[in-house]
Amino acid sequence: MGPALALSPGRRLAPYLAVLRARFVLMLQYRAAAAAGFATQAWFGLISIMVLAGFYRGAAHQPLSLHQAIGYVWLGQALLVLLPWSADPDVSEMVVSGAVAYERLRPLDTYFYWYARALAWTLARVLPRAVPMFVLAAAILPLAGLGEWGLAPPASLAAGLFFAVSVGLTVLLSAAMTLLINVMVVRSLTARGANTLMTPLVNLFSGLIAPLPLFPAFMHGFLFVQPFAGLSDIPFRLYLGQLAGAGAWAGIAVQAFWVLALGAFGRGQLGRAMDRLRVQGG
Amino acid sequence: MNALQLYGRYAAASIRGQMQYPGAFLLLSAAQFGNTAISFVGVWALFARFGRIGGWSLGEVALFYGIINIAFAVADTVSRGFDVFGPQFVRTGDFDRLLLRPRATALQLVGHEFVLTRIGRAAQAVLVLAIAANLLKIGWGPRELALAAAAIVGGAALFLGLLVLQATLAFWTVESLEVANTLTYGGVTAAEYPLDIYVRWFRRFLIFVVPIGCVSYYPILAILRRPDPLGAPAWLLEAGPLVGFLFLGFSLWVWRFGVRHYASTGS
Amino acid sequence: MPQIWVDDLSKTYRVAEREAGALGAVKGLFRRRHRTVEALKHVSFSLEEGELLGFIGPNGAGKSTTIKILSGILSPSSGACEVGGLTPWKDRIAHVARIGVVFGQRTQLWWDLPVIESFELLRDIYRVPEASFRRTLDQMVALLRIEPLLDTPVRQLSLGQRMRCEIAAAMLHSPAILFLDEPTIGLDATSKLAVRDFVKALNRDQGVTVILTTHDMHDIEALAKRVIVIGNGAVLRDASLEAMRAEAAGERRLVVDFAGDVPPLTLEGVAVIGHEGRTQTLAFDPRRIAPHRLISAITADHEVEDLRLEEPPIEEVVARFYALHGADEA
Repeated sequence: MGPALALSPGRRLAPYLAVLRARFVLMLQYRAAAAAGFATQAWFGLISIMVLAGFYRGAAHQPLSLHQAIGYVWLGQALLVLLPWSADPDVSEMVVSGAVAYERLRPLDTYFYWYARALAWTLARVLPRAVPMFVLAAAILPLAGLGEWGLAPPASLAAGLFFAVSVGLTVLLSAAMTLLINVMVVRSLTARGANTLMTPLVNLFSGLIAPLPLFPAFMHGFLFVQPFAGLSDIPFRLYLGQLAGAGAWAGIAVQAFWVLALGAFGRGQLGRAMDRLRVQGG
Repeated sequence: MNALQLYGRYAAASIRGQMQYPGAFLLLSAAQFGNTAISFVGVWALFARFGRIGGWSLGEVALFYGIINIAFAVADTVSRGFDVFGPQFVRTGDFDRLLLRPRATALQLVGHEFVLTRIGRAAQAVLVLAIAANLLKIGWGPRELALAAAAIVGGAALFLGLLVLQATLAFWTVESLEVANTLTYGGVTAAEYPLDIYVRWFRRFLIFVVPIGCVSYYPILAILRRPDPLGAPAWLLEAGPLVGFLFLGFSLWVWRFGVRHYASTGS
Repeated sequence: MPQIWVDDLSKTYRVAEREAGALGAVKGLFRRRHRTVEALKHVSFSLEEGELLGFIGPNGAGKSTTIKILSGILSPSSGACEVGGLTPWKDRIAHVARIGVVFGQRTQLWWDLPVIESFELLRDIYRVPEASFRRTLDQMVALLRIEPLLDTPVRQLSLGQRMRCEIAAAMLHSPAILFLDEPTIGLDATSKLAVRDFVKALNRDQGVTVILTTHDMHDIEALAKRVIVIGNGAVLRDASLEAMRAEAAGERRLVVDFAGDVPPLTLEGVAVIGHEGRTQTLAFDPRRIAPHRLISAITADHEVEDLRLEEPPIEEVVARFYALHGADEA
């Protein structure tokens, strides 16, 4: 690390930024993916909404109104790609081909390098998915007179701001979790297990299968503080105004806590995994 | 060596290959089980809060849920070759090798892998079926069992057909084929609930275009001895699964067309 | 009646083009441009049973395209072709049952299974009767010396070992025609020799027709009696190896190691094409200057420690061909 310390911050960042740009361009080329992904998500969103509507018919008062639950679903679909579903595919490939040992040859901090890649990978995929979804849910549906099936604007200005900050934390949290999955892949030398393990956890505990507030009341405390809540449940409830005032700050705090905790943990684990690789011959 | 025997050899070889990694097999099966179990937890949570959806109870929804998931697990077990067709066969040019063998390419792809780990999803679905059987007050005689089996096999044929169509797309574009996931995984998700809770155009789509409704909703209505709230005739309820096979036949026809296109444009 | 004939075969592709850079990537989201590539232009040739043909040409010249059409996995844009009386791409299943194909870069064996299990699967796929399978298997195992490898999973084999198993696999159903696409690429010297010896024996003793594409000229020199040079999609030369050598007979090389420091020789009709320390490489036309006269002339004037008379390597002959016909690698 000696020579690197002598570089300016801009030069130090340069390789990480280059990685971000390169992957962004690559992602833009997958035009069919963008369209297909949108169709898929619109479909799942639709099903969830119709199922919820079916349940809500004639039902008593709930922690979320039907319209809020619908908004929750749309937000979930729009920001779906932000979630850490699987290991970074580049890492998976590297592990399978054996090239992962060469990562230590780069004059970069492996954790931050991979973190930058995970960020880039996530961010590049988010815009093509999120924007059309927002347009559909927040603009097209209301304009077509189907506003109650669409996404309402944030509950208040404060809610919107909290939401924005929270989404930023979500991105960081998701990258930290992706890194943890990467570590699992490096340790097990195959991608399949780790990917399959994460999906159900993320699905359930981030509120995608059913909005977390609709779970039985006795689970609410646990569901709020667990790390996956910060991936979507917390930012969504901020948006809907369901978490406000002190509750909003608590939500942000939970997210931030997990970003740091999982980041530190992941960094340690990655170091150990890479050391073991070096010992085994990669 | 006819096609069925050859498939048996393929499956045996594939299983032997997978058994070399027993750890991974157990992990993946467990993960599969967990994955599908968790989505049922979501269903359960909503029922815990709301009690009923439309005119349906948890037991009835569990029946829909279990049957469609078993059907998909069966299809998933034999369709890996089609699932990875784009990246592993077209993009690499390995499809050439299949063409160089004196067998139908579709048969070779079905034989590509016998994915044992789908047993995870199947086991979880069987569990849910057990829950359904427990909650529902219906007698399970030969008629009900035959209908359930038909729904499963017809559903599996339909899903296999969808995956064949998805693979056929790979001949034209090596880019993302996610749209097919909409129909397979999306179809499973949609069919986990009875179709009458959905809006009309969606229902129609699932009956006339991608006929998942025919292979699951109809035969299950027949099992529950409920008339279709949407008015389909009784004979159709029981014959629904046949549509799955028709769909598979259609998709194999499209597949042949795709192979011809591949042969004229190269890789 | 030739076993394989190709008549006026042409193949054109449409390739999508993408602009470079970020802006190009965005544009690519909306509109794609295409350009036409003529991979094969009016290729014609024929082969009798039992011939051993070498296909050479720069990358992108059309070798793979020709092999793909001959093996039936690609259909041409125009022209006709018959292999053993069948049109490859039209009668695919019947045709591929009679040919064997080995790709140097890819394996057809099942990665996780022991070699013998791959062989048995192939036996089932090709419907080979058990008795003839056993016979052919024993023969291949002996010729290629792969007995100790049979129970090893393919993923554990070295490249050389894998290639020998690959070739055995291609022959299990006793095809009359064998296509080899870069079979010795990446192999160590011993494996290369083993492969060459095997192919030569196969062709000589069992009359298997062999079509070989390769970049390795030593393969060609060792195996091919007939060579077709393809460049830019067209046949540049279709002749025996001897004929091609004879064309290059207009040049010989004399490598002289002088005892002392001698400046580059200036003799009429002799070019100094290499000069390193005390060794000079001279090029001359043996038809105009008899080699023994040149040697006498040099040794008369200088003290010489060693000298060698050589023919130019076949690579140079061929490279000159490519250059001559503008068929250099793009």
